[in-house]
Amino acid sequence: MSAIIKRELSSYFNSAIGYIVLAVFYFFSGLFFYMYCLLSNTTSMSYVFLSMLMIVMLVIPIITMKSFSEERKQKTDQALLTAPISLTEMVLGKFFGAFLLYCICNAIYILYAIILSFYATPDWAVFLTTMLGMLLMGGALIAIDMFISALTESQVIAAVVSIGIGLLIYMLDSLSNVFNVDWLTNLFHNISFDAHFTNFINGIINLTSVVFFLSVIAIFLFLCVRVFEKRRWS
Amino acid sequence: MIEVKNITKRYGGVKALDDISFTADSGEVVGLLGPNGAGKSTTMNIITGYLGATSGTVLIDGADILTAPKAAKAKIGYLPEQPPLYLDMTVRRYLEFIFDLKKVRLPKKEHINEVMEIVKIADVADRVIKNLSKGYRQRVGFAGALMGNPPVLILDEPTVGLDPKQIIDIRKLIKSLGKKHTIIFSSHVLSEVSAVCDRIVMINNGKLVADAKTDELSETLSGSGILALEVDGATATVRSAISSVEGVKRVTRGAGLSYTVEFETGVDIRRGVFNALSKANCPILMMRPGGMTLEESFLKLTEGGEG
Repeated sequence: MSAIIKRELSSYFNSAIGYIVLAVFYFFSGLFFYMYCLLSNTTSMSYVFLSMLMIVMLVIPIITMKSFSEERKQKTDQALLTAPISLTEMVLGKFFGAFLLYCICNAIYILYAIILSFYATPDWAVFLTTMLGMLLMGGALIAIDMFISALTESQVIAAVVSIGIGLLIYMLDSLSNVFNVDWLTNLFHNISFDAHFTNFINGIINLTSVVFFLSVIAIFLFLCVRVFEKRRWS
Repeated sequence: MIEVKNITKRYGGVKALDDISFTADSGEVVGLLGPNGAGKSTTMNIITGYLGATSGTVLIDGADILTAPKAAKAKIGYLPEQPPLYLDMTVRRYLEFIFDLKKVRLPKKEHINEVMEIVKIADVADRVIKNLSKGYRQRVGFAGALMGNPPVLILDEPTVGLDPKQIIDIRKLIKSLGKKHTIIFSSHVLSEVSAVCDRIVMINNGKLVADAKTDELSETLSGSGILALEVDGATATVRSAISSVEGVKRVTRGAGLSYTVEFETGVDIRRGVFNALSKANCPILMMRPGGMTLEESFLKLTEGGEG
């Protein structure tokens, strides 16, 4: 598994993708940090994080689009699937490779927090819960988008579908108010990433939200494994 | 070493493989021969565990590829038809990755250098695979298959698309590796298989049509002996003279003075034919055993399969 994680991570930086993702992420987080913290003279970074949700939804599909699509197209999956490792190990390796790149993206917030600490003491507890929320939510999105990448040979299709689904997830909370049916509103609200993420931004580690994101990760990684299992038998 | 038992593979309603069984003993080089689309790659993909068979089992050194995949896969080095290369990596990085992926327990640097020497890619070790020629890429794939010295090598058309010198190099390599490894390698080029392999397994339309030692294959396939003759004399006289010899099944007249005689296998009719024609006063100008060449038997088999 560590071999795959290492290769994934290095492949991002062998191509331009890793650098582009980092550049986009750092640019917008820097912009929002300047607008919402430095200009407004506050140590609360919650607006920065909330604004970054949209960027995360757009950036993660770029990270995951080639996970499996590219392997299948170049037939390199034959090396992975005939190696003495299990499908679970392979999928987890891919997942953590992408997740580590996402972690590197998020590391920039630590720098912003340190900058803020020169002016006033930031609320470190809230900062930490928010970071936890960012990572969990990102992980869940990576799992979903990797599953999409496993379904197609085309990186472009994987990226477009992933972005579409990301936007849908982003709008889910607002959509929940459109329908006047109680159970539908509840359902949308409960599976909305936005709603669960808000808990973390408010400094609350809500067990429901933690379990929710971890379940999403587990379910979609499991589905990924099943896709490969099915392909072997059809 | 490798046991393939009653493998059947269906894609929807299409039977790609139909009840294929064969074995490869330790240290044997087995050629998997068949026209394009016969099912060679499917067979190899099933042996290596990339695909699952609809029914049947594959044992690698006693380990079932389905129930004990890790043990079985650890014994296989597989070079698919298109080598599974990450084009953005350098040759050395790629081999390091394959080394780690296969969890090889050998001194890493030495082993990689050793394998690169064997397949002669040491000179491109630090170049990015994307920039390498087809021949080099094939050899990098080969090096990947050799990583960890697996006892079994499965090579899917390793010489396709290479120039004649590279083909000869790869064949030599397979021959030398055959001393230490059990090798199954596929090809649709007959001369290649007969030059390199101890045994030939022939597949056509997903069915096994022949499984024999390379030098016995021709006889096994043709079923009767053939003698080519050139005789001076009236056709009727020659015909009756030859037909009188014991063991002769059929005489056919060819162009000019040539005749083809089919006779039962295991009988030597040459002396009889000589005496009979000598008595009839028809001098023999040429006589040679005209058993079907491998190429002819291959064509005969594959055409028969399609008809």
